[in-house]
Amino acid sequence: MRQFIEYVGQKTVSWLDEIGYMSVLFADCIYWILVGKSKKQAVKIADIISEATKIGVNAALISSLLCFAVGVMLAIQGVETLKPYGAESKVITGIALSITREFAPLIVGILIAGRSGSAITARIGTMLQSQEIDALRVIGINPVRFLAAPVLLAMFIAVPTLTVLGDFMGLYGGAVYVSSELHISLGVYFERVLSALSLADIYQGLIKSIVFAYIIAIVSLSNGFQVRGGAEGVGTATTRSVVASISYIILADMVFTFLLNQ
Amino acid sequence: MNDKPVIEVRNLVTHYGNTKILDNINLKIDKGEIMAIMGGSGSGKSTFLRYLIGLNKPSAGSIRLLGKDIAHMSENEMYDLRKEMGVAFQGGALFGSMTVAENVQLPLREHTKLDSKTIQIMSRMKLEVVNMAGFEKLLPAELSGGMVKRVALARAIVMDPKLLFFDEPSAGLDPVVAAELDDLILRLRDAMDMTIVVVTHELESAYKIADRIAILDKGKLLMVDTVENVRNSDNERIQALLNRRSMEEAVDTEEYLKRLTN
Repeated sequence: MRQFIEYVGQKTVSWLDEIGYMSVLFADCIYWILVGKSKKQAVKIADIISEATKIGVNAALISSLLCFAVGVMLAIQGVETLKPYGAESKVITGIALSITREFAPLIVGILIAGRSGSAITARIGTMLQSQEIDALRVIGINPVRFLAAPVLLAMFIAVPTLTVLGDFMGLYGGAVYVSSELHISLGVYFERVLSALSLADIYQGLIKSIVFAYIIAIVSLSNGFQVRGGAEGVGTATTRSVVASISYIILADMVFTFLLNQ
Repeated sequence: MNDKPVIEVRNLVTHYGNTKILDNINLKIDKGEIMAIMGGSGSGKSTFLRYLIGLNKPSAGSIRLLGKDIAHMSENEMYDLRKEMGVAFQGGALFGSMTVAENVQLPLREHTKLDSKTIQIMSRMKLEVVNMAGFEKLLPAELSGGMVKRVALARAIVMDPKLLFFDEPSAGLDPVVAAELDDLILRLRDAMDMTIVVVTHELESAYKIADRIAILDKGKLLMVDTVENVRNSDNERIQALLNRRSMEEAVDTEEYLKRLTN
């Protein structure tokens, strides 16, 4: 029993340590974004664009496909569930709300955590191992400014953008199934979607996507900067980073869904 | 010419966790001098270099580079000092995602406002110096070990620094390439009047290039003297290091048993 309590205590302390490290890293990123220019170490627009391309543009196709599939899936489940009550036509409201509020941001978040989060951790971890981070510092380049800040900003741009794209694709996926199953035209479908949706629904999804962007960037960066122990250490950190990002995303999703629907 | 030493280390003490690594190091290096820091593995020579180039902060004592104490220096002063020093790391620490040319150009892009044509010419000049012209477009992964070290050297000298630090220039290279690098270091000192600190465990290389040799052993500075005097030293440990004699310490049986049984 005592061992168990000790174990829980140690885990809690190391978790708090981790949260502290992430907060400092975030503050450091913000610091360089704001005052970098006055210290001759501006965060370069070109770096942000190149990161945003890697995170966002290159993931646009796969993220659209996934959101489309989720839309189709929601439509099938919705129609099947509502059929016994003769309320199939209500399925459109269900699709519209759950895609924009929930599924588009969540699917995009999980996809980017797995796709870019792992890449970021592995890249920074490898650079640390091969003394590239030391080389940056010796040249006089702050690693947070050069490597971390562009990633953070790029996430804030790419994840919400992909979420908006995912909204469209998810709704479109629903449309394809619903229109053939319920024999209504796409025009009517989207009319009903628009009357069901308010701006607040879109915002809810966007607020979540910004929170997810923050989680992915900070978790993957801090895991990368804390890699210890060679190639195996990079592997462990990468796994940890993806699992932690996805866990935090789902937990944050729950909390924000609760808060935003009060 | 300035009579004050370019590098001055006073009573340097450093710790790793609770273990003392470097113990009361005092060392002065003059302008235009080539100092070889030698010692077996675990002697603390790589650690010493990390402190000299300002990657770690000492527990006690001071390190003055070009007359300024790097332990008590503002971020801006350190940033300016970085322009005056170049470091070539043991594994090269070239940025894997950048080409040879981009690696060499990075310090210029960060520290100067030169236009990119000038930067290109300057970086090409440095690549000429290290006989790596024509390899600009290759990635570090496509280079051999000796080429990586030469590119790392080109990057270290691209800002025409007053201080050059070189970690293990000949480690892992065949004798011919190692000898070429030694010649290169000598040429650099003569042509650019640099002060050069080389950390090495290769005797031949140290004898050839060094004006003076500093020998570290178990975190203490055993001797700092000219090549001739170091060679003729009658200190047992220095002779062991120079003549590749193994240095088994007399085994204290009781202590040994205690260690085993803990």
